[in-house]
Amino acid sequence: MIIELGHFALILALCLTLAQAFFGLIGAATRRPHWFAVTQRAVAGQFVMTACAFASLAYAFYVNDFSVLYVAQNSNSQLPTFYRFAAVWGAHEGSLLLWLLVLSIWTVAVTAFSRNQPDIMISRVLGVLGVVSVGFALFILLTSSPFERLWPAAADGRDLNPVLQDPALAIHPPILYTGYVGFSVAFAFAVAAMLEGKLDSVWARWVRPWATMAWLFLTVGIALGSWWAYYELGWGGWWFWDSVENASFMPWLIGTALIHSLAVTEKRGLFKSWTLLLAITAFSLSLLGTFLVRSGIIESVHAFASDPSRGLFILVFMGTCVGVALGLYAWRAPLFRSNVGFAVISRESFLLMNNVLLVAATFLILFGTLYPVFLDAMKLNKLSVGAPWFTVAFLIPMLPMVFMMVPGMHADWKRATFSRTKTTLLAVTAVAVLAALLLSFVAYGWHSILAFVGFVAAFAVALSALVDPVNRLRKGHSLSASVVGMSIAHFGLAIFVLGVTTVESYHIESDLSLRPGQTAQLAGYDFKMVSVRDVVGPNYDAVESEVVISRNGKQVTVLHPQKRTYRVQTSPLTEAGIDAGWGRDLFVAMGEPLGDGAWSLRLQYKPLIRCIWLGALVIALGGLVSVTDRRYRQRVTADTGAVSPAAAETL
Amino acid sequence: MWRYLIPIGLFAALVTFFYVGIDRDKQTLPSPLIGKPAPQFQLPSVDDPTKLVSNSDFAGKPYLLNVWATWCVECRHEHKTLLEIARRGEVPIVGLDWRDDRAQAQQWLQQLGNPYTATAFDDEGRVAIDWGVYGAPETFLIGADGKVLFKHISAMTPEVWERDFLPLLGRTGARTE
Amino acid sequence: MKRIASALFLMCWMQLAGAIDTAPAFSDPAMQERYSHIIHQLRCVQCRSQSIADSNVSLAADLRRQVRELMAAGKSDADIFTYMTDRYGDYVLYDPPLAPRTWLLWAAPLLLVGIGAFVAVTVIVRKSHLPVDGDAGEDHGIDPASETGET
Repeated sequence: MIIELGHFALILALCLTLAQAFFGLIGAATRRPHWFAVTQRAVAGQFVMTACAFASLAYAFYVNDFSVLYVAQNSNSQLPTFYRFAAVWGAHEGSLLLWLLVLSIWTVAVTAFSRNQPDIMISRVLGVLGVVSVGFALFILLTSSPFERLWPAAADGRDLNPVLQDPALAIHPPILYTGYVGFSVAFAFAVAAMLEGKLDSVWARWVRPWATMAWLFLTVGIALGSWWAYYELGWGGWWFWDSVENASFMPWLIGTALIHSLAVTEKRGLFKSWTLLLAITAFSLSLLGTFLVRSGIIESVHAFASDPSRGLFILVFMGTCVGVALGLYAWRAPLFRSNVGFAVISRESFLLMNNVLLVAATFLILFGTLYPVFLDAMKLNKLSVGAPWFTVAFLIPMLPMVFMMVPGMHADWKRATFSRTKTTLLAVTAVAVLAALLLSFVAYGWHSILAFVGFVAAFAVALSALVDPVNRLRKGHSLSASVVGMSIAHFGLAIFVLGVTTVESYHIESDLSLRPGQTAQLAGYDFKMVSVRDVVGPNYDAVESEVVISRNGKQVTVLHPQKRTYRVQTSPLTEAGIDAGWGRDLFVAMGEPLGDGAWSLRLQYKPLIRCIWLGALVIALGGLVSVTDRRYRQRVTADTGAVSPAAAETL
Repeated sequence: MWRYLIPIGLFAALVTFFYVGIDRDKQTLPSPLIGKPAPQFQLPSVDDPTKLVSNSDFAGKPYLLNVWATWCVECRHEHKTLLEIARRGEVPIVGLDWRDDRAQAQQWLQQLGNPYTATAFDDEGRVAIDWGVYGAPETFLIGADGKVLFKHISAMTPEVWERDFLPLLGRTGARTE
Repeated sequence: MKRIASALFLMCWMQLAGAIDTAPAFSDPAMQERYSHIIHQLRCVQCRSQSIADSNVSLAADLRRQVRELMAAGKSDADIFTYMTDRYGDYVLYDPPLAPRTWLLWAAPLLLVGIGAFVAVTVIVRKSHLPVDGDAGEDHGIDPASETGET
């Protein structure tokens, strides 16, 4: 009964989003202010209805209602309660409902935080968001309903995929979707501006916090996925250039370009149509990602059960939304040309290079992901494009970009002279090279030119990011949130680069067999297997071994890697034993029993790998800090054009 | 102002490309063996380890090579079709038992019927690798000249037999009655 | 067909626990290094998204054994890769081969960055000839850019 109510709630939500779309867009076009109020009511209503639909599904999972097909496919009575809730978004149908819920939350946020903005603009934004919501609601109701019944009801469910029974992975989709879906807001603002035929610096000021919030959630979501893959998949990798990973990374790259481009538009009114294009592209890539992983066009370990008919629906939907937006762009973009320029060396030109390189990287990843599909469609030989190609293809645009950040952060608008910062920057470079040499020769031992270059980049960016805040503090100036945020985010990137360079150059791994009582050596550590025993978990049985790690005779830690067999899906899963440390991770994974009490083990030494995720989190933190800047909460409207005097000093 | 049309142009190309690509079958890998001489093998038979089964036993006439195993669910589904093809006697079927348990394989053939003129026992999987096997069941058609004519992946059905295999058999001109 | 695909798929998903070799490593570390490099370059044809180094399915184990035997027989890396592509096609190589149909793939990075650089330079040069100050369209009196590096 509850499920049917949930189904009905979703249908009501569809009706309300139709109303939202209609009243929002037509009301703005025909200048009917009272239709704006209707739009807002529709938004509130569809949020409540979507939440109810979601809640009904969650409830079905909570009470183990196996007469619901989706619950029977993804849950089990032995599944711990927390994972029963996470199983709601464990497969295609439920994850789409989550998508819709997240979209409705963003829509409500837009109504809540837009008091300072003109109703016409917000009405259009809500209307566009309504159109997107309609698409997804229809998609769920017509092709992917989680509310189907199973008669006769299953005695018990097929269980949630064991790989997904993990806290990090349980919250990875909601956070990731918050990011993906959040770009729809920037998209909606872009479409609204194009419909209105007006785009100015004030528009950029409104859009920036929305874009940044979506972007920072996406950053955390991707980092979570990477971290999970590392400790769960048993062999120490943290990024595989798998199609679905790429599908989430491409919007992130464009999102980064977008927030930088918005800075130029806000500050100088330049790059207007380019910013529009980026806002459209970021969300298009989110939609594209949805298409890629659910249509069956790309094979991937992440891909949901694929179905060409679903793929067709998303393709048509995406084609319509993005096609209309790009058509608007072709029509309106000429309006936004500006006749103001900047010097060859200036902050604007640095940001332009930043954007160009980010877009190039995105195109390359898209190209590599789709190339096998392209060749296959042309009936040429099937081949595959894997991590080796992607790594090279990604570094080629990104390495120069990282280096350009060092002076770029300090370039002045309009014309950069570097008069005040030249000596500091030279000092920064020198210190970076020195630190890189120290790390390369003294700490870790020389590996390669690339590793050295990576170290230089990391230190140079880190120091460069600190120059500005430190200078200001010393002179007694105040620090605005956006300056602090920017520095934090750039510093986070430096940490990330340091982590990647170190772990990829200096990691050590070894496959060997050990018997209880035997010891192996790796990277200066002794790994002693003490015992192997059977353990029983809530919904799995496991063989667990106890491994004591010591260094120079002193015990460092005791690890308990397991080889689990989940009872329902009867599949084996390795839970690695990891000793996490800021300086290094030690990693032990069990392989197969070799007979006679011996087991094959994989031992790994991963220096500075935690810096990868720490860096990502710091980047996201920087974004969060910059969003709190006072200027986003001021009353500035396009009509008056007046800026309160306080704003003139901040920024 | 034509440059503002570039984005939508690129997007249209992408969408068309996807539309065409949705329906393609991406599971099947084309076999590089088609048109080449069939890889030679000599393996013990599944019934009697002292007896050997080899390609040369079947040279000069077309034959099918069917890769199967008792752990393979789809092989059970195609078994009826194989029995029917064997009954009609149009072409001999050679079985390649891939990475299997000998006792279980013998029991399988006893219980379900034996469509194979001979069955080779490939417990180490080396011959399967030579033939580019990556998932049972797979069925190869080898012509009278010893060249691989066709490879079908997944269960054999009467439709596949009539649509893909029979025309090729007709072309080789050899049909044993 | 779809059933077999999803069964294979599920099997592979489960095997993500990673492949740990049960055979002894090469006693020569250089050989072991070369072996590790080769098996990371070959795709597991059953579990499409993994190399045979990382997949635990029986086919991957068989292929790893094959690589070890070929190496022990003195075959070069090129020979081993040819051995694999003769049987499974180009798909089995993780890194696409350098062939006429893949030149675009290999040229793409430099090509795209080159195009990007060209576009960037063109725009920058054009913009540098425009007046730096002035009404940038609809700038409603926003504080004109200060000289400090603020975003």
